[in-house]
Amino acid sequence: MSAVMNNQAKNGSQSHSPQNAPLGTSKGANEETLAKQLALVIDLNVCVGCHACVTSCKQWNTSGSAGPLADLNAYGANPSGTFFNRVQTWEAGEYPATETVHFPKSCLHCEDPPCVPVCPTGASYKRKEDGIVLVDYDKCIGCKYCAWACPYGARELDEERQVMTKCTLCVDRIYNEKLAPEERKPACVMACPTGARLFGDVKDPESEVSKAIRERGGYSLMPEWETQPANQYLPRLIREAQEF
Amino acid sequence: MHPAWSVIFFTVLAGMGQGFFLMLVRADAAGADPFALAIGGAASVVLMCIGLACSFFHLGHPMRAWRAMAMWRTSWLSREVIVLPLTIGVVALWSLAQLYGWQALGEKTTLWVGAAGVLLCFALWFCTGMIYACIRFLREWAHWLTLLNFTLLGWMSGATLFAAYWEGLYGANESDRAIAGALTLTLAGAVARLASLARNKNLKPLSTPQSAIGMKTAKLKQMSQGATGGSFNTREFFHGKSALVVRNVKWIALGLAFALPAVLLFGATKAPALWILVLAAVSQLLGLLAERWLFFAQANHPQNIYYQAVA
Ligand code: SF4
Ligand code: SF4
Repeated sequence: MSAVMNNQAKNGSQSHSPQNAPLGTSKGANEETLAKQLALVIDLNVCVGCHACVTSCKQWNTSGSAGPLADLNAYGANPSGTFFNRVQTWEAGEYPATETVHFPKSCLHCEDPPCVPVCPTGASYKRKEDGIVLVDYDKCIGCKYCAWACPYGARELDEERQVMTKCTLCVDRIYNEKLAPEERKPACVMACPTGARLFGDVKDPESEVSKAIRERGGYSLMPEWETQPANQYLPRLIREAQEF
Repeated sequence: MHPAWSVIFFTVLAGMGQGFFLMLVRADAAGADPFALAIGGAASVVLMCIGLACSFFHLGHPMRAWRAMAMWRTSWLSREVIVLPLTIGVVALWSLAQLYGWQALGEKTTLWVGAAGVLLCFALWFCTGMIYACIRFLREWAHWLTLLNFTLLGWMSGATLFAAYWEGLYGANESDRAIAGALTLTLAGAVARLASLARNKNLKPLSTPQSAIGMKTAKLKQMSQGATGGSFNTREFFHGKSALVVRNVKWIALGLAFALPAVLLFGATKAPALWILVLAAVSQLLGLLAERWLFFAQANHPQNIYYQAVA
């Protein structure tokens, strides 16, 4: 095997300034840093794109007290539904050195979430105790403004319930005393067969996620918008094409 | 972004009502007939109310709309939701004050109420503009030109409507000031909108597939977005029309909202006639609907990087 080349964008901590200074920006409403911030760290090296996290997320979250995640046209030609988590597939590099990269995407529970201050009802909020960004479905009027204000497309309006939905980090699992302690993790983390999804407190320097970020170059998506995503990604190591 | 007709009608109609009211207050200051002003004020209220009704169609839960007043400390949408009914209320009060010759605050009562209404109209334009301008990564919107355009385009369409109204009521001798005002505002609106179109044309996206995924490889291509039948993300953030359609809408907007009304208004400064001014107002209304469609269609959301390929 030839040399392993580390090819990720190591820009997680770099500070970019948008060229156009924002107007009365929706930024900065959440300036205090929280003592605890739960998050996922996703290892792009081991994700095989099996979508187990997608289906287990859907299964858990469509079955809860908050109501189902609607599927439209589920058995038709163009099925469409509400999902909190999607796995995408990308192709990186130039042939023959191309690599298939499976890329799971869900709400990043940003530390400075632009989706929160824009919400006119207060339905969209960030929890002080653990940093999870949630939607109060009973308050949401379905105006979609928060979805416009998320650069990552992490929020989806449920077409049947007409409220905004998104990843909750399985807030109804992780503190659930009816579950065995080892099951108090997000459904996606439980389901992942390759262990590509790590879960924990990124503010605790000794946690598994903090160590992974520190030791393996964890980075943020779209750092240019300064949302400070809590979820981080572990860079894909791209191997050079092997000469035979 | 996907242009929503509810929001297009709301912003165009309410903006026209606000601009119309501004011209009524100017006429009041110049000592116009209270009855004509009262009827005009009622028309302004009707325009804003139709706009308000349209905006409800944008909501998934219209019955909960009252909740949107809660977060005025942080949300421009919430501020708009507060300022809009206030504006409608003050304009309605002003119309009644005209109708009944209300003088509770002395002889100038209607002018005081009118001044409050004018401030609220500007505040409303500001809130509406800021709803869009404050989203920093929608770069076509995140600029002071957005605020200027919402204000000027609403004002100009109201001024053209007012010129037609005044021409219909009083004929040539009385309407020349109104026509000149509408023409000036239409030209100013055209300059501001052309400036924002020019700016949009030169915008380079700050987000790239590389920053979205976090890989530096020069070639990075999406093979699958994780769904085959589309999702909220493919419906809400794309206009779904070809580049040709967008270009045509742009020319329709520029022609109907600015070029044709400017020619008609200029003609009316020479030979005022009601039909010319009505035509100018209708053309401007239709042109602004196209303009607002374009405003949404041209806004390029960074999330779209994640939704390019179906497999
Ligand atoms: S990823 Fe989007 S929805 Fe989630 S916290 Fe950040 S801005 Fe909000
Ligand atoms: S859709 Fe719901 S959560 Fe989002 S901004 Fe509107 S009210 Fe708030």
